[in-house]
Amino acid sequence: MADAPILIDSAKCMGCQKCVKGCGFGALSMVDSTANKLGKIAAVDPSACKACYACVKACPFGAISEVRQKIYGTENIEEYKNIWVFAEQTNGVVAEVVYELLTKAIELKKERGEGCKIAAALLGSNLTDEVKQSLIAAGADIVYVVDDPSLKDYEANVYVDAVAQLVAKHKPEVILAGATAIGRAFFARVAVKVRTGLTADCTMLKVENTENKDTGAMQMLLHQTRPAFGGNIMATIMTPNHRPQMATVRPKVFKKAPPDASRTGEILAEALSLIAPQTKLLKTVTDPDAINIAEMEILVAGGRGLQKAENFKQLFKLAELLGGEVACSRAAVDAGWCPVGRQVGQTGKMVAPKLYLCFGISGAIQHLEGIRGADTIIAINNDPMAPIFGVADLGIVGDLFEIIPALIKALEERKA
Amino acid sequence: MHVVVCIKQVPDTTNVRINPKTNTLMREGVESIINPFDEYALEEGLKVKDSLGARLTVVTMGPPQATVILREALARGADDAVLVSSRAFGGADTLATSYTISMAIRKACGGKTPDLVLFGKQAIDGDTAQVGPGVSEFLDVPLVTYVQALRLTADGAYEVDSQMDDGLHVVQGKLPAVMTVVKEASTPRFASLAGWMKAAKAPITVLDEKAIEADPIRIGLKGSPTKVVTIFPPPVKGGGEKVDARENAADGVKAIVEFLEKKGLVK
Repeated sequence: MADAPILIDSAKCMGCQKCVKGCGFGALSMVDSTANKLGKIAAVDPSACKACYACVKACPFGAISEVRQKIYGTENIEEYKNIWVFAEQTNGVVAEVVYELLTKAIELKKERGEGCKIAAALLGSNLTDEVKQSLIAAGADIVYVVDDPSLKDYEANVYVDAVAQLVAKHKPEVILAGATAIGRAFFARVAVKVRTGLTADCTMLKVENTENKDTGAMQMLLHQTRPAFGGNIMATIMTPNHRPQMATVRPKVFKKAPPDASRTGEILAEALSLIAPQTKLLKTVTDPDAINIAEMEILVAGGRGLQKAENFKQLFKLAELLGGEVACSRAAVDAGWCPVGRQVGQTGKMVAPKLYLCFGISGAIQHLEGIRGADTIIAINNDPMAPIFGVADLGIVGDLFEIIPALIKALEERKA
Repeated sequence: MHVVVCIKQVPDTTNVRINPKTNTLMREGVESIINPFDEYALEEGLKVKDSLGARLTVVTMGPPQATVILREALARGADDAVLVSSRAFGGADTLATSYTISMAIRKACGGKTPDLVLFGKQAIDGDTAQVGPGVSEFLDVPLVTYVQALRLTADGAYEVDSQMDDGLHVVQGKLPAVMTVVKEASTPRFASLAGWMKAAKAPITVLDEKAIEADPIRIGLKGSPTKVVTIFPPPVKGGGEKVDARENAADGVKAIVEFLEKKGLVK
């Protein structure tokens, strides 16, 4: 039986059930007891308890306390310094999310205070000076460069080896990576290799300079906030006793600041002895029709309400008139009306367009998560209670099969 | 050839809602399902079994109720099933979970490393996509992610199509490997009646922390570097103007066009 992270004092529990209601994980329940007059006291299910300690705050009688357990952690935590960003690049082109993360890192560095530096970890082959300088202009004080022929193409296992070696050598306090296909795949293995925690898909990051509850030493804790349970709740996660503190962030969650060419920084070449690649990239097959909806400024999206694949044709027409592209909800992908590459939402892409015009999308929480970065949302749905109206700047309750053709006509007339 | 498929029982998150009055998850009536992405991993495993005669073991970590998904996997054609279960595993984050599952896989394979370990690309409750890569590290086996198509020969040479941001990567390698599988890989099969009858009687191996010889400090909440500090409902953006165009669609169209003009979104 696992020890529960909380202790319930049966003598103090009054059976008010505030802790049961306050627990987001259903870990608390009332059980029969002879400890008080009510005959019921709160009990915790250790396997469901996530140690969020919300119940400790919820209890008006002080009956619940935290149990601080001895846990294992990284040795010599105080040696870990600086904030790193993994500088993902493909064929010499740095992923946009890297610049977004460097912008965020500038803010975190300020919060961390004096002595903190920002470093970019750049892996590749025949990397140009221009690429390295672009990282400095975006905020990096140091660029660690591992330039090796085996890093020409992305290969998870060599990437893991290279980053894990850099971490062991330089001991960063924090490392951030984009939650891209590459970032998500190899970063998780790096975290395990260096035996630390990793929080995926953070939407908020904040620094807290605080005292370590176990050791009493001052340290920096990164508050990593992410959606959980399909976006139904937000959870703030910390890695108090292990270093580095690792997190991934989806593209478009943070905004990138314009580069500043006057910034200066060090470029340090790292000669590492790397493992041989375990797999070989034969070729990359790109779909000439593929579009990256994450980068579009105007998106016209359709969901279950479109009812069939043919109806998406009208959305393409509308998107063309507005100078945008077509996106869709998960329901439309599952029904086979629209390819997965156009899917918006938690299991699809996060988008940040100037205009998100959506038809027949009810607004499941997972979808709303994906359009959080949109400047303006216009929603058309026949259900006045659809959750999408809760986030739309303009909501139209009506029949999309009447509205779409009429809107196409109106826009065509404006053009003519 | 020995293939291990790791599956997880998850709440059907598309139906999980937050109670607006108490800000807690409403779990009542929420069904437990096989993590949808794991269905594709299982199907890939079954295809390898069909084509190359591999032995297929399914592994899940969870409470005793998770036996349900193991029986379903057995009914579809898995040869044996392992439930990794103990109160001591409770509260595990992805590092502790990766460690626990890798120790269980070792145990289930008699100390050997299986040829191929398959995972779904991520679980829909946590959405981290971290346990597959984590297990690859603990097993010290090469990692291949986002597999959309797997072409494997009896000598262990493989070619996969891997879904990456810049297109499909066609990648070549040799087993052993840990692979994570995406949805586009296949359509999961249904279990036959005969399969269900066989699965109902099949034994399920249950492994706890002692059976897998886990280091007590590396499992469960204690073995988890990440701690959930607070949870709160997602911020809600207030809705804007709403136009009822059910009687007259033209009202809706007019409102949209005027709005686009006001925002400078049409020329």
